[in-house]
Amino acid sequence: MEMRSKEFKSRAVYYIHDGALQKAMGMLRDGFVAKRTQQAAELPEFEALREEAKNLKNHILDHLDHYLTRYEAAVKASGGHVHWARDAAEAREIILGICRRVHAKTVTKGKSMVSEEIGLNEALIENGMDVVETDLGEYIIQLADEPPSHIIAPAVHKTKDQVSDLFEEAHGTERKTTVPDLVNEARQVLREKYFRADVGITGGNYLVAETGSSVIVTNEGNGDLTQTLAKVHIVTSGIERVVPRLDDVTLFLRLLARSATGQETETYTTFSTGPRRADDKDGPEEYHVVLVDNGRSKMLGGRFREMLRCIRCGACMNHCPVYGSVGGHAYGWVYPGPMGSVLTPLIKGLDNAYDLPNACTLNGRCGSVCPVKIPLPDLLRELRHMQHRQKITPAIQRHALTAWRFAATRPKLYHFGEKVAARLLALAGRRKGRLRKLPLAAGWTDARDLPAPAGKTFLEQWQKQRGGQ
Amino acid sequence: MRVGLLVTCLVDLMRPGIGFAALRLLESAGCEVVVPNGQTCCGQPAFNAGDRKAARALAEKLLGEFEACEYLVAPSGSCAGMIRTHYPGLFADDERMRGRVQALSSRSYELTDFLVTVLGVSEVPGDFRGSVTYHDSCSGLRELGVKTQPRSLLARMPGVELREMEECEACCGFGGMFSVKFSEISGAISARKCANIQATGADAVVLGDLGCMLNIEGRLRRLGDERTRVLHVAEVLAGEDA
Repeated sequence: MEMRSKEFKSRAVYYIHDGALQKAMGMLRDGFVAKRTQQAAELPEFEALREEAKNLKNHILDHLDHYLTRYEAAVKASGGHVHWARDAAEAREIILGICRRVHAKTVTKGKSMVSEEIGLNEALIENGMDVVETDLGEYIIQLADEPPSHIIAPAVHKTKDQVSDLFEEAHGTERKTTVPDLVNEARQVLREKYFRADVGITGGNYLVAETGSSVIVTNEGNGDLTQTLAKVHIVTSGIERVVPRLDDVTLFLRLLARSATGQETETYTTFSTGPRRADDKDGPEEYHVVLVDNGRSKMLGGRFREMLRCIRCGACMNHCPVYGSVGGHAYGWVYPGPMGSVLTPLIKGLDNAYDLPNACTLNGRCGSVCPVKIPLPDLLRELRHMQHRQKITPAIQRHALTAWRFAATRPKLYHFGEKVAARLLALAGRRKGRLRKLPLAAGWTDARDLPAPAGKTFLEQWQKQRGGQ
Repeated sequence: MRVGLLVTCLVDLMRPGIGFAALRLLESAGCEVVVPNGQTCCGQPAFNAGDRKAARALAEKLLGEFEACEYLVAPSGSCAGMIRTHYPGLFADDERMRGRVQALSSRSYELTDFLVTVLGVSEVPGDFRGSVTYHDSCSGLRELGVKTQPRSLLARMPGVELREMEECEACCGFGGMFSVKFSEISGAISARKCANIQATGADAVVLGDLGCMLNIEGRLRRLGDERTRVLHVAEVLAGEDA
């Protein structure tokens, strides 16, 4: 998809004034956030599970080569194929190659953020294939020709009325206005497509090294139909999603649904191991896994290693005040919110997403709800540090910091400046006790007044009273 | 007990009364309070802007000024959080400094945390009367665990009625330079915070950080609310404002 992260600021302002989006975001806060709080409170060991999951992920990352090698061997032993993709282009070519070989006309897809990351849909469509998203949210945004705005709820920015409009136009049926009717209509339209599919593509929440299984987690069961009814099943997954043993999946499953949607567990958790065996009643004839690196091994060796613990639950964005105000499309690429503000610059380049690490109040709530304890605020600060060092930060900010540092390390100069400022601000705000406009910080007074100071600084009053120390 | 008061740059410039309120609270609890003359800023703005060199320079300066004190206390969760949580990391590669910084970091406290956790204060001089709602400033809450401390002190004041607001732990939209660089987003977040404050009908919103304070007060006034007072918890507890 087109990369528009450079336009973050203008897009953010646009979405702040989008009434439908604001309504949808309100539902997100009341839904996912409230339910997660309740789930976390009801599970006494929730905090212990977070710590355990963090430690296990760290262990996996320390031995990633080992577990990936074991996983590859297990997939092969089950009759499947493993493909390694260094970047998005390689991943697309591998998948296109498989689709061309089996003369695929219709490709069904379960929800996969990695497929968004590698721009898979565009590539398949350009090559003449009919691509059908089967996740309800993905299906909605496919009809609207929009990218996902949330990693687990791709159409969270859409209101029910907007979905009614989309379905009415696309299906040519009588307008449905209730959620059950809308879901039912989508289900009927999609059901036909599953049987026509030549290739079914899903993501992989977990890749089990012990058994060679891939695991997907859904609420609609669409992923199951996608992967069992097509002749070929392709799993796309990041290399960091491997777990050592089947048992380890349960740890992450206990955290994932609670953190993501505030459910105890998702409706469907499906394990796939290899292609259909001789005595299986159904299943694909071919089973492929495309393991995507796309910047991940570079993260593994650097300061952003902790980001690879991410299990893609979306809790960070659900709890982010910026995401909650502007929605996911403002971020301009595949991954929005706090995790996206770390990943986007790392995958697409620091100067292609300058605003993202800065569009954050560092309030820390994302890190405090992350099920694998990724210190997201620290990572965002680290990106700001890199931007500063590489001089990607605007020159005016760098010069202002240099000047500020010069003054702040010279108390006499600094305090003199403060005295002048305190008097000027007090004078300017003397009538109403506040200022509505500031010449050098218009950004502040664009959104709010500045309460005027008293006129004398604490330190000068203190020194007068007690003669200093 | 010799306590160094870090007034903080924003209190010094914008609302010196908070510094005097903090002073009064500490002295009435029996502390000997020193206010190092050369103090300016803890370096947080530079740290959050990615300028670690500047942040380190300010940290070294502050260390020199406060090292001799038994404790460092600041009427601000974000400045105390900067010193306690982030200073040590700034000197990760400097063994000589790291020990000194660690020693001061572990003795640095946010004001209400210090009063409750270290001093075990149970009486406060303030005589505020009215209903208040408490905004949990993010750094204090999530970096230092300041949550029950201010509430337990407010609960000691018979005239104070605490009315909790919805989403009291949600950010007010300040975020330092964020508020200026992304003023529209900041304004949208603040508007929600203001609505939650107003929905309680409280006479005052009370909080522990100057950044949030200027932001919330400025936004309330801009939205036409002239009624809701915006008070620092030190002002309420010390009673200088009441």
